[in-house]
Amino acid sequence: MKESVIHVYRGGPLVALVGNPNCGKTALFNLLTGSRQKVANYAGVTVERKEGRLVSAAGKALRVLDLPGAYSLHPRSPDERVTCDVLYGRAVGEKRPDLVVCVVDATQLRRNLRLVLAVKRLGLPCLVALNMVDLAAQRGLKVDAQALSRELGVPVVPTIAVKGDGADALRDMLGDADVWRQAREAAGGPATTAAQSETRADHQVVRDILQRLGLDAAIPHLTSDRIDRAVLHPVFGPLLLAVLLFLIFQAVFAWAEAPMGWIEAGTAWLGNAAGSALADGWFRSLIVDGIIAGTGGVFVFLPQIVILFFFILVLEESGYLPRAAFLLDRLMGGVGLSGRSFIPLLSSFACAIPGIMAARTIANPRDRLVTIMIAPLMTCSARLPVYALLIGAFIPRREVWGGIELQGLVLFGLYLAGIVSALLVAWVLKKFTSRGQVRTLMMELPTYHWPRLRNVAIGLWQRVEIFIRRVGGIILVLTVLLWFLASFPGPPAGATGPAIEYSLAGTLGRALAVVFEPIGFNWQISIALVPGLAAREVAVSALGTVYALSAAADDTAKALTPLITQSWSLATAFSLLAWYVFAPMCLATLATIKRETGGWTMPLLAAGYLFAMAYAASFITYRMALWLGG
Amino acid sequence: MNEYMNAETPLPFPQRHTLDQLSLLQPATVLAIEAPMQTPEWQCWLEEIGFLPGETVAILARGAPGGDPLVVRVGDSTFALRRAEAACVVLENM
Repeated sequence: MKESVIHVYRGGPLVALVGNPNCGKTALFNLLTGSRQKVANYAGVTVERKEGRLVSAAGKALRVLDLPGAYSLHPRSPDERVTCDVLYGRAVGEKRPDLVVCVVDATQLRRNLRLVLAVKRLGLPCLVALNMVDLAAQRGLKVDAQALSRELGVPVVPTIAVKGDGADALRDMLGDADVWRQAREAAGGPATTAAQSETRADHQVVRDILQRLGLDAAIPHLTSDRIDRAVLHPVFGPLLLAVLLFLIFQAVFAWAEAPMGWIEAGTAWLGNAAGSALADGWFRSLIVDGIIAGTGGVFVFLPQIVILFFFILVLEESGYLPRAAFLLDRLMGGVGLSGRSFIPLLSSFACAIPGIMAARTIANPRDRLVTIMIAPLMTCSARLPVYALLIGAFIPRREVWGGIELQGLVLFGLYLAGIVSALLVAWVLKKFTSRGQVRTLMMELPTYHWPRLRNVAIGLWQRVEIFIRRVGGIILVLTVLLWFLASFPGPPAGATGPAIEYSLAGTLGRALAVVFEPIGFNWQISIALVPGLAAREVAVSALGTVYALSAAADDTAKALTPLITQSWSLATAFSLLAWYVFAPMCLATLATIKRETGGWTMPLLAAGYLFAMAYAASFITYRMALWLGG
Repeated sequence: MNEYMNAETPLPFPQRHTLDQLSLLQPATVLAIEAPMQTPEWQCWLEEIGFLPGETVAILARGAPGGDPLVVRVGDSTFALRRAEAACVVLENM
């Protein structure tokens, strides 16, 4: 694993945010620096260092580092190592912090304050941000910041990182030269390395402090515990998880219907308008067949992606995710993984890249590697347009028992197919590599809280931005490129078929079709698979362009769905669906695997096994469908 | 699932009272942490997340089937632990 060293901001003293996982460091970082880093209610959201800039009231610029959470300064997993390396001054390309802000969860002082003592022992100047003071007050905990400051010998400032002005006091302190001097004086002594026995000694110190401050009584978590009695129930809990996931996929289809219709109508109108406004010729073809048919074909899936992410964000915010990991731990144990792999794998439903990064929170190196290797099997949101297109074209829109949509059911099945094959691969790997492995769960279950509308809205907006940037960036570029390949060279004089068949793309497609013909792909699909390597959605836009150009004597941008319904057999459609469950992955994912594993072996292995599985699955699906009379 | 069985092998203490044997919602006090030979690092890790002598612990829920893993309250925090991990937490006798 390599850390990229990019200094976004130069110069200025370096302030590092350090604390236990899920104590609100990133929320505080966002407030201080105006960044929009991802925050959620589980341990291990931040797995790399993030940099921001803070300008104090006096105009002094500070560099602020957000670091992954750690329970101690003995790293157990790669994400905690990032934090320790920075604190010990071992991080490549980064100086030792000039000041450490120890972020402390005021509702979990016993555990959180131990880390403050450990950081102090490193000899680094530090101050304490007493975070979540509002939640502590709700539970009847009145923490006296000044008394705590006297006990710890460092400045203490109360913060509420989820409130807009909750970090103002901290910002003032960071701009105050007196506070810096005070922190430096308190740090005084030389750095000592933390020894194991110090955890117990620190525990005693913390207990004594809390006793003197009258904060040593354990506070019951009434609401959270009541919810957990249902959510973690041995029978009801797993059932609830299954129903929840199922409803999400139903909603992806049911709720998206109306907005998708609007986008489709808009695209068709734009295509017609452009078609009649522009003179006949290659330029009109580029605009109508290339850009509008291509990108419009992908853009129409925006509502489904927004709905999927809405649910994922709400689950992340509420604190439910680690509970789901708990419920699935036994199942994961059966295939040689632990519940710890669940959150990285769930993140892969958005995109495999953050999922692979999140695997840094897994302590066991073998488990981490296996999680990275199976992450691309989770259905990422880029595959959703491909699934949605094929389901929309080939699965009738009707209800099966009691209001359940058949289309949503098939989508659920495809996601399930990805999950089952991932578990299968993990199980096979367990047979070969898991001997004598002991894996650790020890996973924190945070207190539930209501999803904050602002966080969900920001998260959704970021997904929309990413999607639009992809459609307007890589997807547009590849679509235009494909249009050129599919339009030149022009057909020879006296040619009868559509022009595309004589073009470069047509020739290449027919060459590839030799390989893909046994699994039922025609040359149009074969050619669409190639740009799909750069971004999976491009397969859809590429099909849009290829079919728009193939449609002889029809100059309007037609919706792709009726076109493929007419020209593909059911067996071909199923085969392509099976192909995309495994989908030899995108290049960005391979690059991430290379960076996280530090070599070419793993990415090549992953690409090889996924290609083999995709081909085999498509072959079996196609032949079965033909045999059954598709 | 042999690898878990190994980790669960009890240490040679006849009347050892450990967290995994506790009944649901029954509070108890931590006496010590004793990690098995295969995973000495668990001692340190369990202590760091709060399983320290004198702390109050209770089991809030058990997974199905087989009652593994467990949801444990320790001090002010809640953790999911495998049974093998909970078996390292030795409790004071009631």
